[in-house]
Parts: sequence; C-alpha cells; structure tokens
Amino acid sequence: MALLEAHNATKRFGGLTAVNDLTFDLDEGAIVSVIGPNGAGKTTFFNCIAGFYRIDEGTITLDGDEIQDLRPDVIARLGLARTYQNIRLFGSMTALENVLVGEHQHLKSTWVHAVLRSPSVKEEERVATEEAHRLLAYVGLSGSHDLMARNLPYGDQRRLEIARALGTQPRVLLLDEPTAGMNPAETTDTTGLIRRLRDDLGITILLIEHEMRVVMDISERITVLDYGERIAEGSPAEIQRNARVIEAYLGKAHSEEVLSEYEPDDDAADQESAAAAVGAHAPDAEGALPEPVGAADVDTTPAPRDGLKERDRKPDTSDAKRDD
Amino acid sequence: MQTTLRPKRSPSRMETAFEVAVSVFLWVFRIVLVVIVVVGSFMTISSGKFSLETWVDLVVNGAVQGGIYALVALGYTMVYGIMRMINFAHGEIFMIGIFSGYFAAVILDDLGLLNGNLFTSIFSFALMLIIAATVSTLVALAVERVAYRPLRNSPRLVLFISAIGASFFLQYTVSGLVGPGIFRYPSIEILDEKIGLPILSALNLSWLDVVVIGSALAMMAALYMFVMRSKIGTAIRAVSEDKQTAALMGIDVNRAIVTTFAVGAAMAGAAGVLYGLVWGQVQFFTGFIPGIKAFTAAVLGGIGNIPGAMVGGFVLGEAESVGALLIIDGLGVPSPSQLKDVIAFTILVAVLMFRPQGILGERLSRSRA
Amino acid sequence: MTATSETQTLNRDLSAWKQVLIVGLLFGGLALYVTLVGIVGTFEDLDIIEKVITLGQAILLLTAIGAGYVAAGRAPDGAINAILGSAIAGFMAGAALSLLILIGPVIDLRDFLPNASPQLYDLIAGIDILGIEDAKWKGQTFPVSFWFPAVVGIGLGALGGLLTLLPRHARVLIILGVGALVFMGLFAGILRSPMLQNGATADVARELFASNGLRIPGVVLILGIVIMVYLVHVLLRPAQRYRALPRKTQRHPAVVIPAGAFFLLVVLMLPLGFTGFIPSVIALIALFALMGLGLNITLGLAGLLDLGFVAFFAVGAYTVGLLTSTGEFGIAQWPFWLAIPFAILVAMAFGAFLGLPILGIRGDYLAIATLGFGEIIAILARSDLLKGVIGGPRGILDIPKPIEVPPGDPLSGPNQIYYISLVFIVIIAFVAYRLRESRLGRAWVAMREDEDVAEALGINLVQTKTLAYMLGAAFAGLGGAVFAALFGSIIASSININVSILVVTVIIIGGSGSIPGVVLGAVFIIGLPELFRESVAEYRFLLYGIALILVMRWRPEGLMPSKVGRQELHQEDLPMEGEGGAPPGESGAATPDAPAASTSGEA
Repeated sequence: MALLEAHNATKRFGGLTAVNDLTFDLDEGAIVSVIGPNGAGKTTFFNCIAGFYRIDEGTITLDGDEIQDLRPDVIARLGLARTYQNIRLFGSMTALENVLVGEHQHLKSTWVHAVLRSPSVKEEERVATEEAHRLLAYVGLSGSHDLMARNLPYGDQRRLEIARALGTQPRVLLLDEPTAGMNPAETTDTTGLIRRLRDDLGITILLIEHEMRVVMDISERITVLDYGERIAEGSPAEIQRNARVIEAYLGKAHSEEVLSEYEPDDDAADQESAAAAVGAHAPDAEGALPEPVGAADVDTTPAPRDGLKERDRKPDTSDAKRDD
Repeated sequence: MQTTLRPKRSPSRMETAFEVAVSVFLWVFRIVLVVIVVVGSFMTISSGKFSLETWVDLVVNGAVQGGIYALVALGYTMVYGIMRMINFAHGEIFMIGIFSGYFAAVILDDLGLLNGNLFTSIFSFALMLIIAATVSTLVALAVERVAYRPLRNSPRLVLFISAIGASFFLQYTVSGLVGPGIFRYPSIEILDEKIGLPILSALNLSWLDVVVIGSALAMMAALYMFVMRSKIGTAIRAVSEDKQTAALMGIDVNRAIVTTFAVGAAMAGAAGVLYGLVWGQVQFFTGFIPGIKAFTAAVLGGIGNIPGAMVGGFVLGEAESVGALLIIDGLGVPSPSQLKDVIAFTILVAVLMFRPQGILGERLSRSRA
Repeated sequence: MTATSETQTLNRDLSAWKQVLIVGLLFGGLALYVTLVGIVGTFEDLDIIEKVITLGQAILLLTAIGAGYVAAGRAPDGAINAILGSAIAGFMAGAALSLLILIGPVIDLRDFLPNASPQLYDLIAGIDILGIEDAKWKGQTFPVSFWFPAVVGIGLGALGGLLTLLPRHARVLIILGVGALVFMGLFAGILRSPMLQNGATADVARELFASNGLRIPGVVLILGIVIMVYLVHVLLRPAQRYRALPRKTQRHPAVVIPAGAFFLLVVLMLPLGFTGFIPSVIALIALFALMGLGLNITLGLAGLLDLGFVAFFAVGAYTVGLLTSTGEFGIAQWPFWLAIPFAILVAMAFGAFLGLPILGIRGDYLAIATLGFGEIIAILARSDLLKGVIGGPRGILDIPKPIEVPPGDPLSGPNQIYYISLVFIVIIAFVAYRLRESRLGRAWVAMREDEDVAEALGINLVQTKTLAYMLGAAFAGLGGAVFAALFGSIIASSININVSILVVTVIIIGGSGSIPGVVLGAVFIIGLPELFRESVAEYRFLLYGIALILVMRWRPEGLMPSKVGRQELHQEDLPMEGEGGAPPGESGAATPDAPAASTSGEA
C-alpha cells in the first residue's frame, strides 16, 4: 500500500472536468514529479489532495485512511503539507513567526495558559522557537529569522515556505513549482534541499514542476497529466521517450519531428539531449507554443470566496477562476 | 533532527468531539427553525383567527413590499457582481429617492397637478419616478467617485468601512438638510382607489398595489433586457466575470462600473417613490433597515443574479407579510408585527449558513448580471 | 517647433484654468453644503475668539481660503497666475452663497431646507458686520449685501493663494497657528472650569479664556506657544533625535519611569479636576475604550468584522440589570462584583451560540450577518414578548452603583465608573497583549492574512474564530455591565446599531490592533463630540462618516496602528517585486480579507 493513493479521482467545475478518473500512487520515501502542459490539472489535483476541493468521484487515501472528505486542517494534522505555486507566505509576520505558525498543531497549550504565562507555555514556546530556528537554518535562512516575510528576496521566500511546511512535521510534502522564477544556481540549491528532505527527514515528496532539468534530475518516477488524465507514468528515461508525452507537449506534428531526431538509446548523453529537447520545447510560463488555455491548471487554490461557508466550498459553487 | 519514517497520526479525540458538537448544534438550529415555522403556522390556521380576506390582503401587501425590495435588491446584486463589494450605502440611495419623490410630490401637489385629473396624476407620478431616479443616480455616482473608486485596489474590509462612512454621511446630510422629522407623502388619490373590475375586486387591490407590482416587474424586465442585449450590458457582464480579461478585450471597465451604479441607483430611486406612496412617511434613517432587508433579498435569490434579486425580493416580502401573522402570532407572541424584522434577519442568517448561493445561485449560471 | 510648443503650453494652461474653475465649483458646493446642512448656523454659537469670530464664521472663511489654496496649486505656473486663480476660486465659492441669498427669499426654500432662514442669509451676507438693514420685498426680508460673500471670497481666496507662495516654514506655522487657535478656542470653556475652582489659577483663567472661546491674551499665549514649539521642533528636532537613539536608550529607565509616572498621574487625577458633565464624558470615554479593546481582539487581531457587537453589550447590561437591580425586574439583588463574572460568562455563551453558525461565512457577509444578530437582539429588547422579563422600552431601572459611597465623595457618580473601567482596561489590555504573542494570536494573524493557507497548516478555523468572537463578546458584555452601572439603568433604546458602529469606528480610526490606538480612538470619537455641547453633537455622525471615508482613503491603518496593522495596510511600505523574476502580484498579498493575490490566470 502506497502512502498516498488516488483512485478514480474526478473533479468537475461546471462543464469542465479538471481531473478525470485519475489513479495515482505515491510510495513512502519516494520523490515523484507530476508534469504536464499548462491546464493539465496538476495544481487542481494538489488542491484535491490537500482538501481544498472535494472530488466528485473516487477516493484519496493517506496511509490507508480516506481523506477526500476531510477538511484541510485535518489533513494537515494527518501529516500532509504543501507549498504554493504563487508564494503564499504571511507577509506581515517575520520568517520565524511563519515557521511557528507551521508548528501550530504540535503546540498544545490553550489560550488560558497563554494569558497566565504558565511555565508549561513558556517551555513550549521556547522549544517551538528553537525548532523554528533549526528549520530556518536547515533551509538556509538562519540570518533572516527576524525579517518580515514580504521583505525577503524571492528565492528566500520559497525556502521559507518550505521551512513553514516542515514545521507541520509532514510525512508527505506537496511542492507546487518550487523552482519557478529561480536562476540556475538557486534551482540547484533547491533540488539539493528537496533531496535532503527525503534523505535526512524521510519525507515523501510529490512535486509539480515545469523545469525539465529539475524533473529529470530529481524524480524517481514521473506522472504525466494532460487534460486531467494520466497519460503516462514511469521513470524519467521512459517518460522522455514516451511518444504520447511528447505529443501532449508539442502537438502531433512537432512530436514526430522530435522523435525522429532522437533514437531510443541507453546512452546517457542521448537521454540527456532527449530531455533537453523536450525541456526546450516544453512550455514554461511564457511558453512559445500555443497551448490549450487550461483554466484547470491555474493555481486555483481558493481565495476566500465570498459568502460561501467553508463546507460549501466543496460543492463546486466556486468561482476559483474569477478571483480578483 | 527527526527520525526518518514518521509515525501515523489521527485527529485528536477532543477535536472530534468539538466537530460533533458543532454539527449537532447546526442540526438543532435547522430543526428548531422548521419546528417554529410549522407549529406556528399550524396553530394560526387551526385557530381560524384570521379570515381569508385578511390573508389575501397580506399576500397582496407582501407582493407590494416584495416588489420594492426586489428593485432595491437589484442595485445590491449588480454592484456585488461587478465589484464584489456590498454597497452599504445603497439603502441611503433608496432613502434619497424617497425624499426626492417627496419634494417632487409636494411641488406637484401645490401646482395642483398631483390630484388634478387622471392625466396629470399619471404625469406627476411618472415625473416623480424620473426625478427620484435621477437624483439617486447622481448621488450614487458621486459616492462611487469619492468613496469607492480610490479604494478599488484596497482590501475588501477597507472598502466596506468606507461604505459605512458613506452611509452615515448620506443619512446625516439629509437629516441636516431637511431636518430629522417625519415627512408625510401627499397621496395620489386615484391610486388609492380600489379596483372595481370583476375578478380583481375580490382581491381588494388598490390601483397603487397594481402600479407598484407592475412597475417593479416592468423595470426588472427592462433591466434584464438591458443587461442581456445591450452592448454596455454585455460589458457589465464581462467585467463581472473577469475584470482583467474584460479590460484586455478593450472594455472600459470604469464605464461599466459607473453604469452599474447608475442603473442600480435609478432602480432604487424609483423604488423610493413607490415606498413613499405605499408607506406614506419617511425620515432620514428610513432607508437603513429596508436596505439591509433588500440585501437579504439579494442574497436569498442568489447574489450577483438578476432574476434572483427579483425572486428573493418577492419571497422576502411575502415571508415578512404573511409570516408575521402566520408563524409568530401562532406561537402566541404578543404584538407579532414588532418582530417582523426578525423574520428578515433570520432568513439572512439562515441563507448564509445553509445555502449561501441563494435560491437561484450557482454564480456561474448563465443569467447573472 | 515653436508653434507646437506654443499650442502645447496654451493647452496646458487652458486645462489648468479649467481645473481652477472646477475647484471653484467644488468649493462653492462645499460652501452651500455646510450652510444648508446647518453646520454654519449651529456652530455660530461657538466662539473661537470671544466677540471676534465664531466657529461658524471660521468654517465659511476657511472654505474660501481653502478654495484659493487648492486652486493656486492647480493654476498655471507663476505667482500672478496663482493669485489670480485663487481669487477666482474664492470668488466662485462666495458667489455660490450670494446666489443662495438672491434666490432664497424669492423661492422660500424653508419648506424643503429648514436651515435656509433669513437669519442664515443675514449671517452670510455679513449684515451685522456691515451694520446695515435688510430690505423688504414682497413680504420677505432680503439682505441687500448679497454681494458680500462673493467679494469677501475674492480676498480670502487670494489669501489662500498667497499662502501657497510663502516659504514652507511660514506656511506650516500659519496653518498650525490657526489650527491651534480653533482647537483651543473650542476647548477654552472646558479648560476654564477646573481652573476657576482653584484660587491661583482662577484669575489666569479669566484672563485667557472666556466661558466660550478665547480672550485676546489667550490668543497671544497660544500663538506664542505654537511658535515656540515649532521652533524647538525645527531647530532642535527632538522627535528625530529620540527616534535615532538606540532602542536601549529609548527605553532607558531614566526616561521611561518619569514619563510613565507623569502619564499615570494624569490618568488617575483626570476626572477630579473637572465638574459638571465632564466626568461623565471621561467615564464614557473609558467605557468605550474598554469595549474597543474587546472588539480589538475580534477585529484587530482575528480580522472578523463584527457589526453586531451591541448584541453582547445588551446581554451583559441586561444580565447585570436583572441580577443587581432593586427595582421591579431585578431578580436577585446581587452585588455588582458577583454579577460581573456572571454577565461575562453569559455574554461568552451567547458569543459561542451566535458565532458558531455564522463563523464559516466570510468577509463582508459575516459583517452583515453579525449586523443582523445585533438588530435581532435590539428588536427583542424592546419587544412586548420579553417585556415582562426585561422591561420592554422602559427597561430595567434602579441599578445600584458598584461601590456604596456617601455623596460628595470623589468616588461617587461617574468617577467611580471611570476608575473601575480603568481597572478593566488594564486587565483587557493585558489579556490582549498576552494573547497576541501566543500560539492563538499567531493563528489569528495567519488566519486574517490568508485563511486557506492557515487552514492548510492545521489551524481549525471555526474553533479559532469562535474563540476570537467569544472573547470579543465577553468584553462587550463587560462593557454593557459597566454601562448599566454608569447610568443606573438599561433601556431598550440604548441597544441600537449605532453602538456597534461607534465601537468599530473607534478601533478603525484609532488604529486597529493597537492598544494605544484604541484609547486614542475613544478619546477622539467619543470624547470630542461630547465636549462640544449638544448642538454640535448633532453632527457627530456626519463627521464620523466623513472621518471614516477620509481615513480609509488616506490612512487605512488608523491614527496609531500596531506594527502589524501598518505592515498590512500602509500601501507605501510595500516592497518592490521580489528579485529573481517573480511575476508581479504573485507573492501572497498580505491584506486582510482580500482574496489571495492573482490566483487567477497565472500558469
């Protein structure tokens, strides 16, 4: 049994099926990437796992327990944490405070204790603060603990988001485009960090990425989505040579061209160039290739939707696409 | 730091108990509401205290009130659709319509036009509507320009507080200008006559009732046509869906917003005249509570949805009118009409709790503003 | 080349003059507004400088001067243009009033606008100043000098324009001086009364202050003080130097202790120095500060806009009323101190009860829902349904003061409530402070900034919000309890939405999230209008409305915001887009209740 599983998960928004009968599993201790052209439903899938959307059909299980009907905070307490495509830090809090919020579920004192400043609270806060410092140091932000989160440079903000997620002591970490907007040096640092998260801390990693080099470098397995469906799944080498994947990214005409240039070969150099070819053609945020305008893959992590009670967020009266 | 493979966790007992308590509480709330409605109605009907005539009167009154609510609700729903803000000052725009109509009526009365003959009366009535709609629109545009536009990119809370400020400003400006007293509407006598036509006379309708309900429906139909067919109406719908994309398509977002405010205000202003004729009196704070109730109607029908505002308005009007006697009196409450407003607010809370998208809501539905 | 640049200049100038005309029109409208709404007329009673100028007149003058000041900034470059423009704008502002005087008596506006009376016209036309008689025409009196406002407007406008030409220091000094005179003129009566009691200061008081405005020596003194303070500020820059000091020195005991002690002394002795109605005002300020701090927890910390605050206020007040009253509705005759914890608990229970259903609702809708609750409670309070229990419109009377003292004791009357409120304020401030630094406080701030992310980090939103709501309710109930004790009764008409809005206004304008800000807000919003007598108090809500709009426009974080409040709301301080190519608007916008930034359309 895998740590995280989805069986026939389907999510519809009105007439649009963003996630279509998706079956997927994530073994404990693995690093898996989810890729696919824009609009493929990757972030929506994350949102479903994390509990922001209630799937219309199917199940999602974490360590054997079904979580598709649970609230996000319950899912977080079960050990699942995530970061966001558009960084969503608590800008007006310091880096340290952001991480402390991450540790919320592990602190047990009540507000009464806080008002009375009992020794148990003082001790708990001391331990929590130490832990937060350790987490910041782990991601390489120890000097910035006192800085306002919104004042941090972009790369540091991404790392802070990871540190905050680590505060929840997750078993599974969902990273949504962790290297977006980074230069090559920062990207290398980040991939190193991701590996360490798994190697040192035993966290299972699921990541969405557009940067093919990262994907090929770090993933043990890759799942490819297109139009909300899983179209391929396998090792990086297998995915690079998968005709359907290339077609999804490039369209039929171009895919034939690319496939004809690169022979399936065990040669590492060739594999790399195949990856490079796909990577070079893979649409990133400013994709040169025409793409299906995929509303579904937009970061629809819901903004406060007006007048809708949380619980009613799940029936899809969301206007996720239309947030101001 | 931590060990490699994490242990499994499950939600703590205490929290689950809390969850259960909340669900139970909500169910109890629902049940209590239903019980109150059913028991109250049953008691009233079985006691036979009120004649059929009374009920008919109440239903008619409810429709009249509902029509007025619906007109004001349109303004709320359209502004919400396009700007995602609750125009807290809209009730005051309504009140300004009532006052404008009042002054127009007084002048027309002095000139003898108000009750001269059928034609001058109709003319006066139309003129009152036009004047009220115009004044309300001008005031609403000024408010939009001064209190809302500079804050378009501010957090929602800031905009809301500014709207509260605008509401107070308008209320007390009117109070300062015309005085805090009660102003009695001159009546248009021909409208107060009951309709003598064969079937309708059984309903004990006055021409005023018909006119109010009729004009409400007519104005709503006109608005619907406007929003669905006209170019600017389509622009409004586009901006309501997706402001950025609409701007990229070359739509003048400002103009769409201003038009929305104008149209909503015109409806509210006209509704003010109707309110004045029906209720007969007005004070500077008269717009506030009906404003909130109209907002309730908009939410009830489905915020952002024009037919929804109509439905919500009439449902609320009937609920208030009939419900006071049907339910509250049935429970043995003394002076049930005192608690009429409670009905509206309870509906508001209940809708927001249990079905926030309203009756016709699904904000992605095709026929929204 | 020359031709085009000439036309460009011409166009620019034309549009500048157009702006001048617009300014004139706007200020003309403003002049008409303050006149017809009755501000000028009512404020006529308030002298600023005895027998020289009243507040009403000052407002008119300032309108014309303001027209000139603004117009000068819009006119084309050049001193002459500036003066000309300002004179034109001033003229227009005055001309609006002249038109009013001409048309007013002809069409008797009083049917519609009761303020448009002959007295008003005489006032504007400066009849008294010119010492002439009204004319009579067709039975109406008619001030002959209708041209007066327009002509005076020219001069005043030019004066305003002249002001813009002065060097900055002179300009600031003049503005400060005028402001100080207006302010002190209004306060003169209030300062005078305690000083009259003490023999030594009595004579000084009589020299400086009239019962209603300043005397000439007072004017000289105030101006002198303003000039001196300004010189000190500019030359010695004490504020800047203080801020430049390292934190340790700023907080040094030698500085903090005397300052703190002085402050404490003032606060404690405050009501003792006054007689008449002032002590009740002070007690009321303290009461609203108390409630403001309570709502500060719900709104300032957790970001829940609660417009139904009055509901819990009512619960607290009626509970205390029922438990302590010796009158017909009192059921227990408990002492006040026993009733208070009970009232707080009942209010908290109501908070949980009313909060649980609605706390899943977001933003504006939550505000309206809480408003609905407030109204329901208000309706129930005066209903016949509950009349037998809580007294209907008449309410519960005969609520005794907390501490029995003989009359004449300094602790009798409102002062007692003041000191009790102070104690409660300290307690609430302490609780708020501790909470802010705690796990719960962090959860509140996180929730306020980005609810969904907070939830994804394991925070139970309903629980967290309910706690905030309950605590706010508890302190609202406390406020209601103290209110009941202050007035000795609780009547249904005191339970209205204005109370909720007032408390919200106190926080918003004072500075949400910040304890000193709330107190400052209470002083301004509650204290100032009370001090200016009933006639001025009519316009309180009008001014509140304007204040809210202006504050939201120019300083949404409030006058004295907390660090967090300033961070979140003060737009100027937002940094530039993050380095490394982050797409604009993609970092989570740190704004309360705003949707998370640009989550639509970005791939």
